[in-house]
Amino acid sequence: MQQLVAELLDGNRRAAARLISLVENDDPQKRELLKDIYPHTGKAYVIGITGAPGSGKSSLVDWLLKLIRKDGLTVGVIAVDPTSPFSGGAILGDRIRMQDHALDQDIFIRSMGTRGSLGGLSRATREAIQVLDAFGKDIILIETVGVGQSEVDIVKTADSTLVVLTPAGGDSVQTIKAGIMEIADIFAINKADLPGAERTTTEINLMLDMKNSEPWRPPVIQTVSVSNEGIEELWQALQKHREHMENSGRLLEIRRERVKRELTEQVEYLVKTKIWDEVKENLEFDDLVENIVHRRQDPYSTSADLLAQINFYDRGPGEGD
Amino acid sequence: MDKDKLERITGQYEQWQEEAGKAKERKTTFKTVSSRPIKALYTPLDTEELDYEKDLGFPGIYPYTRGVQTNMYRGRIWTMRQFSGFGDAYDSNMRYRYLLDQGQTGLSVAFDMPTIMGYDSDNERSLGEVGRCGVAIDSLEDMEILFDQIPVDQVTTSMTINGPASILWCMYLANAEKQGISLDQVGGTIQNDILKEYIAQKSWIFPPEPSMRLITDIFAFSADHVPRWNTISISGYHIREAGSTAAQELAFTLADGFAYVEAGINAGLDVDRFAPRLSFFFNAHIDFFEEICKYRAARRIWARRMKEKYGAKDERSLKMRFHTQTAGCSLTAQEPENNIVRTTIEALSAVMGGTQSLHTNSMDEVLALPTEKAVKIALRTQQIIAYESGAANTIDPLAGSYFVEQLTDQLEAEAEEYFRRIDDHGGVLKAIDQGFFQQEIADAAYEYQLAVDRDEQVVVGVNRYNTGEKAQIELLKIDPEVEMKQVGRLKQLREKRDNDAVNRSLKALKDTAKGPDNLIPKILDAVKVYATEGEIVVALKEVFGEYKEKPLF
Amino acid sequence: MTAKKVRVLVAKPGLDGHDRGAKVVARGLRDAGFEVIYTGLHQTPEQVAEAALQEDVDVVGLSILSGAHMTLVPKIKDLLKSNGMGDVLLVVGGIIPEDDAEELVKSGSADQVFNPGEPLDNITEYISGKFYK
Ligand code: B12
Ligand SMILES: Nc1nc2c(ncn2[C@@H]2O[C@H](COP(=O)(O)OP(=O)(O)OP(=O)(O)O)[C@@H](O)[C@H]2O)c(=O)[nH]1
Ligand SMILES: [Mg+2]
Repeated sequence: MQQLVAELLDGNRRAAARLISLVENDDPQKRELLKDIYPHTGKAYVIGITGAPGSGKSSLVDWLLKLIRKDGLTVGVIAVDPTSPFSGGAILGDRIRMQDHALDQDIFIRSMGTRGSLGGLSRATREAIQVLDAFGKDIILIETVGVGQSEVDIVKTADSTLVVLTPAGGDSVQTIKAGIMEIADIFAINKADLPGAERTTTEINLMLDMKNSEPWRPPVIQTVSVSNEGIEELWQALQKHREHMENSGRLLEIRRERVKRELTEQVEYLVKTKIWDEVKENLEFDDLVENIVHRRQDPYSTSADLLAQINFYDRGPGEGD
Repeated sequence: MDKDKLERITGQYEQWQEEAGKAKERKTTFKTVSSRPIKALYTPLDTEELDYEKDLGFPGIYPYTRGVQTNMYRGRIWTMRQFSGFGDAYDSNMRYRYLLDQGQTGLSVAFDMPTIMGYDSDNERSLGEVGRCGVAIDSLEDMEILFDQIPVDQVTTSMTINGPASILWCMYLANAEKQGISLDQVGGTIQNDILKEYIAQKSWIFPPEPSMRLITDIFAFSADHVPRWNTISISGYHIREAGSTAAQELAFTLADGFAYVEAGINAGLDVDRFAPRLSFFFNAHIDFFEEICKYRAARRIWARRMKEKYGAKDERSLKMRFHTQTAGCSLTAQEPENNIVRTTIEALSAVMGGTQSLHTNSMDEVLALPTEKAVKIALRTQQIIAYESGAANTIDPLAGSYFVEQLTDQLEAEAEEYFRRIDDHGGVLKAIDQGFFQQEIADAAYEYQLAVDRDEQVVVGVNRYNTGEKAQIELLKIDPEVEMKQVGRLKQLREKRDNDAVNRSLKALKDTAKGPDNLIPKILDAVKVYATEGEIVVALKEVFGEYKEKPLF
Repeated sequence: MTAKKVRVLVAKPGLDGHDRGAKVVARGLRDAGFEVIYTGLHQTPEQVAEAALQEDVDVVGLSILSGAHMTLVPKIKDLLKSNGMGDVLLVVGGIIPEDDAEELVKSGSADQVFNPGEPLDNITEYISGKFYK
């Protein structure tokens, strides 16, 4: 396993791919691996790309890849597609759009199924980012699922968030989900070759006028990803946002927030695992349930009693030598 | 029908239904291969609305439901046109001459994958594919060999080519000129139907917009110089083979047809100037009656819309002429001889449906390109239908059948419903972009697969009466040498031709592609100096870009 | 099913545009709980092998109806090997004459060849059998 991490740091693509699988499959050694990887992360800039299904996210990524590479930067892509809640299976198709880049050794593309996660990313997207970060990718692009029921995950994960919209045809964009306005650092009005692009652009701008968008006002950029229009501008806007994030100290701020969240989550995770490991061994658990069902005990004091019995002083799961 | 009679029949029908309901049936529902439920009995009640003059009329007369020619096969039997091509131009030239000797009346060229996709045989992407799925054609030189000793003013040729159709067409025309035949004497068809490429066949090259421009350029050039040429063969065949139902095949094909009409009109052409040269291509699947009704409905819908919506006045613009091919996807690898029987049934449906030309699949369809023996049986199948069965003696023999008329109406109504849905998407191109057709077809294909897997759709020798025996028939093998030979000849060509002339012609082509002028004369110039297909495609790609699809499952 | 999901690359190498079978199979695999990565059409052997590597798939499934299988399958197998993925399960479907199928399996280029008329259940069960014993 150590070997795998060494290979990853050495730029071995197979090692990167294997490591992503290990974290995705909740391998018992996952925490150990992530621990080894962690010191080598923090260098990559993460760009999230979200928008309705079929709005052109993958097509835009395809073009962005060309520009990013032209600037001499290396890129990782994580493309998330929904897992079927019925079968647990998935067809991951974002990659198709990007296959022209398959042979560029400085681009690494990985498709992931949501596997039950509802926030627009997969359960292991964040860990996969760490792997690609340590792998040395300068930029990491994350394409969220298009399902659009929730884009919350991406803002928590990305340094810049690009929201892809399409011309609303004759309709007004009023129907746009309120949440979208909050999360976008940049808007792309893709498929600007279709009617209604002007109107959609104007309407988004009006909506932006109405809210206080200091110190960063999200630019609204029209793109046509079938004929490579507006993509340069889009890439420039992304770079500008990055500069803004870096110079204003905002990047550090959100990364601090992220670490805080992560640390909290990890502590909670450890506590939970610890408790359940112990409680599982407590053969009386079912008896306690029975007692509560029949009102011989109450869940409040029972839980406090259980907790009191747990020894928190040895190390957490998976950390033992 | 008078009211009393109607009431009587209704009463009797109900009585019969009650009786019939008592007897046990083999299955709970009886369905066509397209999952369409079929009733036990059709009666005058089903065709009550039918207006003979308005809905059927007479052969050769609007709305052409009964056929586009006045005397149909009593005048001339349909054209027997076996799709064929393999190896290099020499191999295929031999096969064509064999087929013509056997009484085939037209040629139909199958190109290999590299040619279909616009790559020369020496492109690294062509590795292992040269001559395998059809004939390899890289330049005018190959075209000259392919039609050596075949008089192209006497034989009409159909070419199954789409993305690069303009190029192969120009090679054909240039070869005709070299044979000393003037272009107004040359007849044939290029498939040239790019919309169904995005929808079903998946051998596109350029994005939709420039592709449509190439097509309208062909319409215009042909109208002026090659008046006997069918400039497009609007194809339902591929849609059906990709998995669609009969109703989808009908609706999507016609929708494509109307989209081309609109493109022509928008390009400033008068509808009657190009519409007479539009032709169609349908599938003949295994469900005998549903297929016949499909062809009848197709003619009627085309005529009505062309007249009412697009204001066509020339009769020829209203007449839907079509080629038919039996359904490859209905055939089985198991007990391949059974395929002869399936193909016979399918071919008969095409004849009953009034096709203008026909390809019958060979029994080895599922296993490889056909052997000479297998093609011969397939051709004989048509000849037996034409000359022995009596099916060609009378026109539209099933007209007036309650079942057939009802099903024809039903298919027409379903097509109209699809047209509405396509309009809701903003037309055919938008619907393609939104994956509408692709998703409908993918769903139908999957449903069919599940129906076969669950034995709901019986396929003899596969999920019923499967003996597990291995097929014992001889197969056509393509000699791997073909690829080397072809690549070698291409290399020689590149050395011996006037390369300055080639470069000049390609430069001129690119410049024209950037502007609005007709591209065909420039492509003709390029092929005449032996620019290869691949070189021309590369030049056009530089201006037009390439298409990428979004697959749907 | 266990936490580990079996990942299958469904690829269309070569110039072949016949995708009905590949798509039906991909959908069948999804409905049987597999994670399917579809490459899209017109892939070179190098693109297929690289996708297999980056996606760390357990199975590579090739669909070839164009007759180019004797060139493409061994080439893909070799590329997989040189990527250290020589032992991923490699299955092929499409129009593969019997002699060729035998040769592909015998030479170790393919583990299994599926022919027209193969029920989807047979395919999914074959793959499941290799991973969920
Ligand atoms: C349908 C079809 C078409 C359709 C394709 C529509 C589409 N989008 O897929 C259309 C009409 C467009 C078409 C066109 C052509 N076709 Co075609 N086509 C067929 C046909 C009749 C059926 C194929 C099919 O879809 N079957 C149904 C599916 C469900 O079955 P399947 O693909 O075999 O898949 C099953 C198994 O093979 C396996 N499987 C398949 N893939 C995979 C993948 C994995 C991972 C696994 C595990 C299993 C698996 O499981 C599936 C389920 O059982 C075959 C002949 C036949 N009956 O098989 C010819 C055939 C394949 N076509 C042929 C040819 C030559 C062509 C053309 C090149 C003709 C030309 N010169 O213009 C064109 C080129 C098209 C292109 N773009 O590539 C030849 C190929 C010859 C050869 N290999 O030697 C065949 C064999 C017919 C023939 N004898 O001439 N075709
Ligand atoms: N007209 C037009 N079509 C576009 C444009 N960009 C993308 N498309 C088409 O829109 C469809 C969807 O594109 P994708 O890039 O796959 O969209 P996506 O947002 O990644 O889709 P999901 O991942 O499925 O949510 C494809 O058919 C593209 O060809 C554009 O600028 N103009
Ligand atoms: Mg996408």
